Amino acid sequence: MTVMEQRGGYRPTPPPAWQPRADPAPLLPDAEPYRVLGTEAAAQADPELLRRLYADLVRGRRYNTQATALTKQGRLAVYPSSTGQEACEVAAALVLEERDWLFPSYRDTLAVVARGVDPVEALTLLRGDWHTGYDPFEHRVAPLCTPLATQLPHAVGLAHAARLKGDDVVALAMVGDGGTSEGDFHEALNFAAVWRAPVVFLVQNNGFAISVPLAKQTAAPSLAHKAVGYGMPGRLVDGNDAVAVHEVLADAVRHARAGGGPTLVEAITYRVEAHTNADDATRYRGDDEVETWRRHDPIDLLEHALTERGLLDEEMKRAARDAAETMAADLRARMNQDAPLDPMDLFAHVYAEPTPQLREQRALLRAEIEAEQGGTQL
Amino acid sequence: MTTVAVKPATMAQALTRALRDAMAADPSVHVLGEDVGTLGGVFRVTDGLAKEFGEDRCTDTPLAEAGILGTAVGMAMYGLRPVVEMQFDAFAYPAFEQLISHVARMRNRTRGRMPLPLTIRVPFGGGIGGVEHHSDSSEAYYMATPGLHVVTPATVADAYGLLRAAIASDDPVVVLEPKRLYWSKDSWNPEEPAAVEPIGRAVVRRSGRSATLITYGPSVPVCLEAAEAARAEGWDLEVVDLRSLVPFDDETVTASVRRTGRAVVVHESGSFGGPGGEIAARVTERCFHHLEAPVLRVAGFDIPYPPPMLERHHLPGVDRILDAVARLQWEAES
Repeated sequence: MTVMEQRGGYRPTPPPAWQPRADPAPLLPDAEPYRVLGTEAAAQADPELLRRLYADLVRGRRYNTQATALTKQGRLAVYPSSTGQEACEVAAALVLEERDWLFPSYRDTLAVVARGVDPVEALTLLRGDWHTGYDPFEHRVAPLCTPLATQLPHAVGLAHAARLKGDDVVALAMVGDGGTSEGDFHEALNFAAVWRAPVVFLVQNNGFAISVPLAKQTAAPSLAHKAVGYGMPGRLVDGNDAVAVHEVLADAVRHARAGGGPTLVEAITYRVEAHTNADDATRYRGDDEVETWRRHDPIDLLEHALTERGLLDEEMKRAARDAAETMAADLRARMNQDAPLDPMDLFAHVYAEPTPQLREQRALLRAEIEAEQGGTQL
Repeated sequence: MTTVAVKPATMAQALTRALRDAMAADPSVHVLGEDVGTLGGVFRVTDGLAKEFGEDRCTDTPLAEAGILGTAVGMAMYGLRPVVEMQFDAFAYPAFEQLISHVARMRNRTRGRMPLPLTIRVPFGGGIGGVEHHSDSSEAYYMATPGLHVVTPATVADAYGLLRAAIASDDPVVVLEPKRLYWSKDSWNPEEPAAVEPIGRAVVRRSGRSATLITYGPSVPVCLEAAEAARAEGWDLEVVDLRSLVPFDDETVTASVRRTGRAVVVHESGSFGGPGGEIAARVTERCFHHLEAPVLRVAGFDIPYPPPMLERHHLPGVDRILDAVARLQWEAES
């Protein structure tokens, strides 16, 4: 007997009351990317912050050019440059406290260096070594991550664990526009919002995933809009405006620290170099577009604002340049030395204790190497 | 010596007990997965844990396996010992990128600085009448990934011991739980569980002189049954339960086959590219001069796992095992 027969005739009744689970309006990003430099607000920016950002950006640019040069000399296997994106890289590191954690993608070695990691250590993986160099616990920087967006759930889990332990720790996770198409981006944001984990997701929308432009990557109104679907605020910021990026990220970190949960920040920037030294960008974009962005350079924007307010003289510019050159010379000199490589190390850390099978294979390689060395001595 | 009341317990109950004891012993042990909280898991292995330890220690996650394992990586980075449940073998595949690219290699790529003490529980294998995607034997994928330990229990006592050992390990361990053995019973004293053996040791479940059946997990009871049936044919079969697929206990396996001179590898997984090929090769390399016959494999067919109505034709059974034993070139001895 159906419900209709039981009740002697079916009359439609309304379903149980439905209400939206949250008001989406406060989560929506602004219509325009947030900017400070070149607006009236620039006059109010903290002079000390402006000078700090300037010095760090000049140093960051030199780091990028030096690393690119090292690929040409064969000292780096590959370098995904963040030239033109230094504002995001530097600000991401600056907004964090020492106890916080940074989760970089492979294009974010500058953020890693800005956080205090030795550049030589930060570049270990890109040099072609078998490990990630720096000790992640020393500066609380997760190991450099190559598979796209897979570092994002790590950031969520770490921040969640810290919160469960009652520790005041925020995780800032970096990803590119291409990475937002990956499933791990979705899962990380969803978990973060459900758990109200203290995480800040920084998407650097630099226009391209290798050769594929954003239009082929998403039909979303903006990447920041994706936040609304997860129930977290989305913020849109001019990624080349270091002061604006710093402010938006600092707000998001404060929000997370206060128990407000995660934020998604989309920084609009541009990858002025090719994807890596192995890429040819002329195959998929024109010089005009690159030139437009070069005229919206993060260092020029800062320099202009500082100069307008009389906060920067020639001596300070020279000091920033000199500091950058010193860093570059040191990096060059140390990268020109061959890193000590022991093939036996390949077996040392696969497990806490090598398995019997790995011990056998290690012995095999050792014998091969000894025979090789014996051979060259003859 | 005191006599302890030993009651029959199921493998599922022993696993629950292992989780509970591990969580009570160490506050850093956290359980997370789909339906593991309020429901107690679809196989009830996490039953009562959320109630006893709170939902922060036994957490119902969103339905996303890569997210579960990926966040567990982050939790392990911060010093917790996550135990994740993948609801079914074939539903663990979305987590494979996290597993292969991060879980398995984080210790190595950080030169030992960032070990991941993670346990991944995977209900696996067939024989329960499950519909498509609920009966896969996925062990070969895990075995082929350097950096993972892979264990699978065949007895109630081993289920407890191996899971405790997995949670205590500083390396990531995949615990493959044979679904059709969840309700198998055994006399087991939960108050005095057997000493936890280190991961990596096989065990001789039945001693014999004629030939060695090398097996693990859900196929162990089948092999023991086959060994009993073989007595009527005059064969005295030894049964080696591997327990740990990685690390592999060459020592125990080699000693057995050198003694018996004949070996059959038995598993549900397909034979092509399956664990049996590796095991047969290892045995042959180490026991060649002791072997009276080629090492044979009795495995599932190389087909997608069949539907419930046909699975009995796929799973290695007593007859198929005895047929293989019969092909071990006994003629020379008669």
